[in-house]
Formats: sequence, C-alpha cells, structure tokens
Amino acid sequence: MKSLGSIRRAFAPWNDPGAKPYIHFDKVTKKFGDFTAVNDLSLAVYEREFFALLGASGCGKSTLLRMLAGFEEPTSGRIMLDGQDLAGIPPYRRPVNMMFQSYALFPHMSVEKNIAFGLKQEGMPKAEIDKRVAEMLKLVKLEPFAKRKPHQLSGGQRQRVALARSVAKRPKVLLLDEPLGALDKKLREETQFELMDLQQELGLTFVVVTHDQEEAMTMADRIAIMDKGQVMQVATPAEVYEAPASRFVANFVGNVNMFEGKVAERSGSSVRITGGTGAQIMVENAGEAAKDADVAFAIRPEKIRVSSKRPADAVNALQGEVYDIAYLGDMTVYHVRLDDGQMVRAATMNATRVVDDPLTWDDKAWISFRPDAGVVLTQ
Amino acid sequence: MNSTWSRFNITAVTLGLAFLYLPIVLLVIFSFNASKLVTVWGGFSTKWYVSLFHNQGLMDAAWVTIRVGLISASVATVLGTLGALALTRYTRFRGRMLFSGMIFAPLVMPDVITGLSLLLLFVAVGLDRGFYTVTLAHITFTMCFVAVVVQSRLVTFDRSLEEAAMDLGAPPVRTFFQITLPVIAPAIISGWMLAFTLSLDDLVVASFTSGPGATTLPMKIYSQVRLGVTPEINAACTILIGIVTASVIAASIVNKRREVQRLRDEQAAQRG
Repeated sequence: MKSLGSIRRAFAPWNDPGAKPYIHFDKVTKKFGDFTAVNDLSLAVYEREFFALLGASGCGKSTLLRMLAGFEEPTSGRIMLDGQDLAGIPPYRRPVNMMFQSYALFPHMSVEKNIAFGLKQEGMPKAEIDKRVAEMLKLVKLEPFAKRKPHQLSGGQRQRVALARSVAKRPKVLLLDEPLGALDKKLREETQFELMDLQQELGLTFVVVTHDQEEAMTMADRIAIMDKGQVMQVATPAEVYEAPASRFVANFVGNVNMFEGKVAERSGSSVRITGGTGAQIMVENAGEAAKDADVAFAIRPEKIRVSSKRPADAVNALQGEVYDIAYLGDMTVYHVRLDDGQMVRAATMNATRVVDDPLTWDDKAWISFRPDAGVVLTQ
Repeated sequence: MNSTWSRFNITAVTLGLAFLYLPIVLLVIFSFNASKLVTVWGGFSTKWYVSLFHNQGLMDAAWVTIRVGLISASVATVLGTLGALALTRYTRFRGRMLFSGMIFAPLVMPDVITGLSLLLLFVAVGLDRGFYTVTLAHITFTMCFVAVVVQSRLVTFDRSLEEAAMDLGAPPVRTFFQITLPVIAPAIISGWMLAFTLSLDDLVVASFTSGPGATTLPMKIYSQVRLGVTPEINAACTILIGIVTASVIAASIVNKRREVQRLRDEQAAQRG
C-alpha cells in the first residue's frame, strides 16, 4: 500500500464524511480598525484532535485562538464549539482553557494555589480541589514543588505549572499559545513528546499556535498553514510536506526547490513540464494542471540525487556544477548551480562512512529524480 | 569608573553633605540643649522632650495632622488608583489627553494656587472651614501623586495574568480583587505612604483651608516659630525626623531583603 510520509495512528475523523466538527469556524472575519487579522476563514477541528495553527507572526493565528478563548469577538461569522454558538459568551463561561505564551502564572500564589484557582472559581468542594491538585501535580511531576512560588521555579517547571493549571478544569478544548516558545531546544524536544502523551492520556482536544514548523509537524494530527488571515492548507504533517497545496505552503514548510515552467504535454495523470530555459521535467500524478498552464514543480532536497555522471536509468536529469557543499554529519547538502543558472539544493544521507566517487567544489554534476518525487503546483 | 578619592572629590562630597544636612544636625543638637536660648549651648538635657508631651497645643495639632493624614491618604489612594486604572486600561476614550493632563496638573501646580482656589471654593459653597476642609484639600493634591506611582506599575503589568484568571472562570470583578490588586499592592502601598507623608508636612494648602480647631502640626510649628523658636519645637522636629528616617530605612531594608531573597530563589531554581 502506498502512503504519503510515515503513518502515525489510525485517527482520521476528517476523512469521515459523517464525523461532526467539534470546533467550527464559520466564515470568521476579525478586523482591528483597518487591519484585517482574520479574513473570512472557515475551519473544522474534530474531537480529541491535536490541531496546530502554523504561520509567521501577524498571520492571524493568535487572533483565532483568542477568539476561541473569548478575549476577542469576531467582526462577522460564527464560532461553534460542540454544537454551541460561542457568540457573546464571556471568557469566564467558556468550556475552554488556555495556556499562555508568557505562562501568566499568578506571582503571589504558590504552585498549588495557581492550579487550584480555576477549580475554586467553579465552587468545587475543598476536598475535591485538593484531590485534583494532587493529581495534576503528579501528572506534571511537580509534587515536591507544590508550596513554591512561580519565581522559585525554572523555566521548564513554570511551563508545567501553566500546563497543569490549564488542564485542571478538564476543559473541552485546551488552547496552547506557543507553549514551548520560552524553552531551550533540548527541553523543547522532550516537552513536545510529553505534551503528546498528555493529550492522549486526558483525551482532550488541543489547539496549538506555533511559528515553529518542526514543533507543529512533531505534535499535531493536522496542521493549518496560515497567511494573511487565511488558511492556505489544512492537512496532516505528511501531506503538508509531501503534497503542499501551493507555492506558499511548499516554501513555508521545510526546504524546497522550485522550477517554474509550462505544462508542455499531458497524458493521463502524467505531464511534461518545460522550464524557462528548456529543461524538461516528467512528472507522474501531476494533479489538475492543464496543458499550457503556468506551473511550478516543487521537489524536496532529500529526493534529489547528485552524481558525477548522468545515471543511466534517470527519467529526469539536469546538468550543473557543484557550487557549495555543507557536511552535516548525518547528511550532506549540495548546492548545485544548473546550466541555466538556477540553484538547486540536494541532500544526501551519509549511509556509508566512505564515499567512492566524492564530488567537490566546482565539479560538473548531474542532479536526478524520479517522476513521482515532486509535485506540480498551480497556485 | 574611576573610584579613587581625589582631594577634589572629598571636598565636593563634604561640602555637598554639609549643605544638605548641617541645618538638620544643628536642629537635632539644639533639641538637647539645656538652655532656653536657642543659639547658646547650655549642656545636655532631654527636658524639652518631656515638656513637649505636656504641651497640649502641640499634641492636639499632632493628633489632627495624623488623622488628616490617615484619612486623606486612604481616600486619595482609592481615587488615585482608580484614575491610574482608567488611564492605563481605557486608552481610547474621548478626551483622554485632557483627563490625564487634569490628573497630573496638580503635580506642578504651586501649592499657593491649589490652596487659594480650594479656599475660594469652600467659601463659595459655604462650607465651614475646619478638619474636613483640610482633609478634602489634602485628598485633592495627594491623589495625583498616588495616580503617578500606581500608573507606572500598571504600565508594566502583564495583562495576560488577568486574561488567565478570566479564562479559568473568574469574572472581571473577582479577577480585579484576586489578581490585579494583590500584584499591584506594593505600588499602592508606596502611593499611600507618599500621600501620607505629603499630607503630614504640608503647610501652605493647610493654612489656606483650615479653620479654628483644626490646626495641623506644621501650622502650629510655623506659628510658634514666628513668636520665637523654642527648644520644644526643635524637639518636636527631631521626633518627626526620627520617625521619617526610621520608616525610610525600614522600608528600604525590607525591599532590599526581598530583592536579595528573590534573586537567590531564582538562581536556586535555575540550578534546579
């Protein structure tokens, strides 16, 4: 069976036409004065999904999250949660909780008081609050720190307090605003997996806002790529990477080589693309692209082979010259300047310690790739 | 930075400190003077302190001052805090510039003008001058100082704390009392102390707005000095200096300790 990327788990309600969206943004627009932060956006998130909003700063992803939390009201459109219209419901009556980027821990309260704060607002009996707080402390492994104040904790510990506080009320949806932004790289990687485990364990719906694509790819079931207040693509991490919907998405997620050209010939699902200077590229499963359409052929660096001679079996091969080499240990990245001047980035896994026919700077080289290695983009 | 003590530096520091503190040191020394003549040293004595406490007029004035200070500082703190909140939270209402200007103008308004205008107002509305008019006047002119102190704290206040509280189910009013107020409490307390101190040593505004039976300590001292300085006044002033110095030192020690403790905690937390 063929599949895009690696398979995670059999959880895909978005492919089930009968599944009801849990959170539904319906043609939502949000304007701040003349500035349109979110523009006629529709989006569906399913129950128990780990959903990521990915985009550069100012793309409207945080505004979307704040509208869900109730800190902003949409200028037009509706937001539905579990069948209920959220319009006019203040933040303190919404069944969602948020983990803030700054953590927003109450500085004058101890760790356990911070965690208990939301439960107290509900009027939960004291014995039950104590039980729940103990449970939460155990969950985030902070039992010895219950009596400490936030300023007596390290960054990672503060992050876990913020997390415990926001899940203590068992919200229908947990919103996370750049949850790992303030942590250093190593801690961030550990915490990503902790967050995923936690989501599985509690069975909650998570919506996370991030500008870090690696973070989104690691954690999320699906990613919405946003730009200028609109959703560019909603798909699983593998689809976003292997089958981007547009030039923007292809460029935004990971590294990509882009060949601009025209569809010269189409037969079945295969097309032949002619580049600006006459380079010919054969592509299988080329999607909708019609004959004579202006298209871009996008291919990821690791799907390109670099060799000193033209491989005999290659369908697509272009000649150039090695411009730069970066040896990264696990892989080597070649920058090859093609004869028409275009720069191509190719990454080769260093599967062996010794290389027979090493390429070096300024060598003539061929890049080659399979006809199904890239995608044709019309947008 | 050059930290050596050149002769020039030493001279400058000595002269500067003498300029600031010589009058006060003289006052303190002469409060222990046995002689009744203010400028002639007649040996050490504490008798003026004893007689001070038997001077009913001075004691009454001190009591009035303290009551005016407590009431006006407390009311000014509430009003000033509300003003500061309005200024930092509602940044886009009509006439905000005018409002902030009107709150801060009394900071630079000469006391004479504040006092005179208040006097005219009290006369115009037919309010009998006395304890309450002084208190009202002090509320008016100390409120803006509180607003400045509290506002500077509110500007750096992390609004996401309030959002977090609301997100966790606390309605706005509860959020204010459980989160905002405790976090900005230190600024409110220093605002109160500033207002209290200002009220304590105000002479000009009090002179304009006070009436019979509501003489404050500064007014009493001033009027007695016009009849001739007595060592009793020196003693009263020395006590005042003592109280102010002690509270300033205490406040800074507490602050410093807290700061050091906080730093230590943070370092310990970073080490894990």
